Amino acid sequence: MGPKQVVHMGRYIIRRILFAIPTLLGISLVIFAVLALAPGDPLAQFAADPSVPPEVREQIRVSLGLNDPWYIRYFKWLGALMRGDWGFSFAARVPVIELIGQRLPQTLQVIGLAYIISICLAIPIGIISAVKPYSAFDNIATTFAFIGFSVPTFFTGLLLILIFSVNLRWLPFIYNSTLEVTDWNSFWQQVKQMIMPVTVLALYQTGTLTRFVRASMMENLPMDYTRTARAKGLNERNVILWHVLRNSMIPVATLIALGVPTIFTGAIVTEQIFRINGIGELLIRSIQNSDTPVVMAITFIFAVLVVSFNLIVDVLYGVLDPRIRYE
Amino acid sequence: MYRKRLLTWLLATLVLTMVLAACGSAPPAQAPTSEPPAAQATTPPSTEATMAPPAETPTEAPTEAPAATGRGAGDVLRILYWQAPTILNTHLAVGTKDWDASRLILEPLASIGPDGKLVAELVTEIPTVENGGIAEDLTSITWKLRDDIKWSDGSDLTAADVVFTYEYCADETTACTTASAFDGIASVEAVDDYTVKITWEAPNANSYKTFTSNSGRIIQKAQFESCIGAAASTDAACQAANLAPIGTGPYKLVDFRVGDTVLYDINEFYRDPDKPFFQRVEIKGGGDAPSAARAVFQTGETDWAWNLQVEAAVLQQLINQGGQGVLVPYNTANVERILINFTNVDPELGEERGQLSQPHPFLTDLAVRQALALSIDRRAISEQLYGPTGFPTCSLLWYEPFASGPDDFFGDCEQDIDAANALLDEAGWELGADGVRVKDGIRLSVIFQTSVNSLRQKTQELIKANWEAIGVETELKSVDAGVFFGSDVGNPDNIGHFFADIQMYTTGASEPDPTSHLCQWVSEQASQSENEWRGQNNMRWQNAEYDALCAELRAETDPDRQVEIALAMDALISSDVSMIPLVARPRVAGASNALRGYNPSGWDSELWDVANWYKE
Repeated sequence: MGPKQVVHMGRYIIRRILFAIPTLLGISLVIFAVLALAPGDPLAQFAADPSVPPEVREQIRVSLGLNDPWYIRYFKWLGALMRGDWGFSFAARVPVIELIGQRLPQTLQVIGLAYIISICLAIPIGIISAVKPYSAFDNIATTFAFIGFSVPTFFTGLLLILIFSVNLRWLPFIYNSTLEVTDWNSFWQQVKQMIMPVTVLALYQTGTLTRFVRASMMENLPMDYTRTARAKGLNERNVILWHVLRNSMIPVATLIALGVPTIFTGAIVTEQIFRINGIGELLIRSIQNSDTPVVMAITFIFAVLVVSFNLIVDVLYGVLDPRIRYE
Repeated sequence: MYRKRLLTWLLATLVLTMVLAACGSAPPAQAPTSEPPAAQATTPPSTEATMAPPAETPTEAPTEAPAATGRGAGDVLRILYWQAPTILNTHLAVGTKDWDASRLILEPLASIGPDGKLVAELVTEIPTVENGGIAEDLTSITWKLRDDIKWSDGSDLTAADVVFTYEYCADETTACTTASAFDGIASVEAVDDYTVKITWEAPNANSYKTFTSNSGRIIQKAQFESCIGAAASTDAACQAANLAPIGTGPYKLVDFRVGDTVLYDINEFYRDPDKPFFQRVEIKGGGDAPSAARAVFQTGETDWAWNLQVEAAVLQQLINQGGQGVLVPYNTANVERILINFTNVDPELGEERGQLSQPHPFLTDLAVRQALALSIDRRAISEQLYGPTGFPTCSLLWYEPFASGPDDFFGDCEQDIDAANALLDEAGWELGADGVRVKDGIRLSVIFQTSVNSLRQKTQELIKANWEAIGVETELKSVDAGVFFGSDVGNPDNIGHFFADIQMYTTGASEPDPTSHLCQWVSEQASQSENEWRGQNNMRWQNAEYDALCAELRAETDPDRQVEIALAMDALISSDVSMIPLVARPRVAGASNALRGYNPSGWDSELWDVANWYKE
């Protein structure tokens, strides 16, 4: 990349960031409107409880500002956000950002690990499958890949619980988020409680990714440049790893990068099943309990991540593929 | 080629076997050492057998603590709530789970035991008219605090803290969930350091409504002093205090992961030197009720599981297969009931929809209401769907002191399709060609709504079949629970608007005194657009006799006479069929086989007596 290229790329990035602002505003407006239009009440649990009569619930709604029209609430929310204030959760009365901060480590630990494992598994499996298509290995890999991405995580999760927790009693299915890893024993406990959720998620993601790597490799294997490389007398290993793989990785890298934001938002179903206090679990609970500030914060952060990773991917393209120019 | 196919097939078979192995009724693989058979023998053999008077059956008397116990003799008590606690200041709670999680820390002046009687916690005795604690004319009550109670930070609990708790919630802008417990108070004053006097605005027959049970937890003045008003939720120091209140209870907070886990340690200043038994308590939240049941009955990962609202068949199977725990049902006043709409909610009426000026076209006919009630098979609903978590009832007040149990009434409301048909025939409702009864061009066709909940949907199905047998067309509707029980004005699908003919949900008195519960349905409480559909009488039932009884009940001070009036009101509900009680719903928890000493109360927090719990 020459200096001219760098300047072009700089301009491109700035332009994209400027475009991102109205996009994000639009997204936040839509989410807010949807939340405001969906009826719900943070105190719905007390609705049939005579000790919390309607007047009291009304007073609480007023104190939470829920009785203003939705567009006023939206601008209040946006104004506070500009000052860096994400608001406080109705259910816990603490700043939303604190809640998210409490949960991020668990999510990154479990979901992030599953993601890394699935990348580490999918790339080699995909390569071998593509190099030896329809071999026994490929058939097994394909079968697992199909099982992986066609069986929903709530099913594999329950299946693993029934086998390993209920029948064999090897692994716990209640995630202990207060466990502190201080020695080998507690480390082993941490590993034990992470095995099942990580497996469930990794199985699902590996399945999808393997198919992708395989397809991309298959596409590049019959290309002219591959034949040239072989004709030069390079050994097969170098041909595959240096020539075919590098080119095949361009779409795969996109897919992987675009998947990164989903790590931060957690896995709603898996977190629920194993009681992991991750962000996905927080999101679904907050939706159920009409805890608008929390839902807004999580979805908005997710939107920001998606937009920025799209940009990162586009920039990454230029690095991976010199043919792409930003003009 | 063959080999490859073979491999694939082998693999597929392997996976299939795994699936089958998991789904099939696997033997109750016992953990090798965890379960000495003797432990099982001491537990109640079957939950069904213990159901009839379910209140305290599975527990031993909480007072007889065995010699082996003592403060901190036990290790960890693990409690599982499928709804996670989110705040520990009870006055700002958003659900029962918050009341329960905070009960280990914050205490009321007196708890209410399973029998509806008060148990002194922070006071020397329960005030009564006889001991002079309650004024003869019922205008005041005086509580005498114990002088040896310390907060978990070592400071003394004094009358100032109690007065402060009142001031905290008396301010409307604090927006306490518990505000109604502080209604009707003229003043709360500290007579001396250990004496608190509440003066009522008017003579109050329900003297114990303040500073008792869930709504009456005392918070520390020093900690919350600057938190009155909006600051309660917005000020950073108050937010921190809400999550970590200092209390007088058996435990103090160690760590609170909001919406996930609460960890507690013994409060070394707790008043009883021999209690609590467990060094630590861990309340884990999240997941769902069936998997919580699995954790306590099958894997034994938890010692106590809250509110196991699981379908009877599934629950029974988990208990039988598991062998790790027992079911602990305990009575509440909750009754699943059908409510009948007395106004016309036809959408074509526009603004007039559901207003009192628009009587319902056919549900105002007593014969129709009686027929609807007569045709329901409560027994089938209760036995097939609720199992140990419910029993059929014909009355809202089936519990002590109003009745000795639901059996008192049974027989009054057995299903009788023939009688129901006869009633409708007599009233002139004739069966049409399509199997639906008609009179003067009006078809007996109802919309029946409830919240989304598999138990409720199955109940709806059974009732629909019953009603169609008497020629009443029934259309079922289910609304998401958050919406159904939500209270915002623009929400047409909630129980307040009641834009359907029939609806069904559970509610019940939350305190032993049924007045506030029964008086919800007086005529002037009808939910209308004028009160933004927040009147509690959402049936819009108008009955002058009932209104008069309510007024009489509010003024009555003689307990025996109160019971009589309450029963008369209940009888009126049954005879005028404004509501149809279906199933009395005990709350159901699960306890590990080794856990002892629990005595959950339907009038207070499930964990109110956690200081008495121990393990053998």
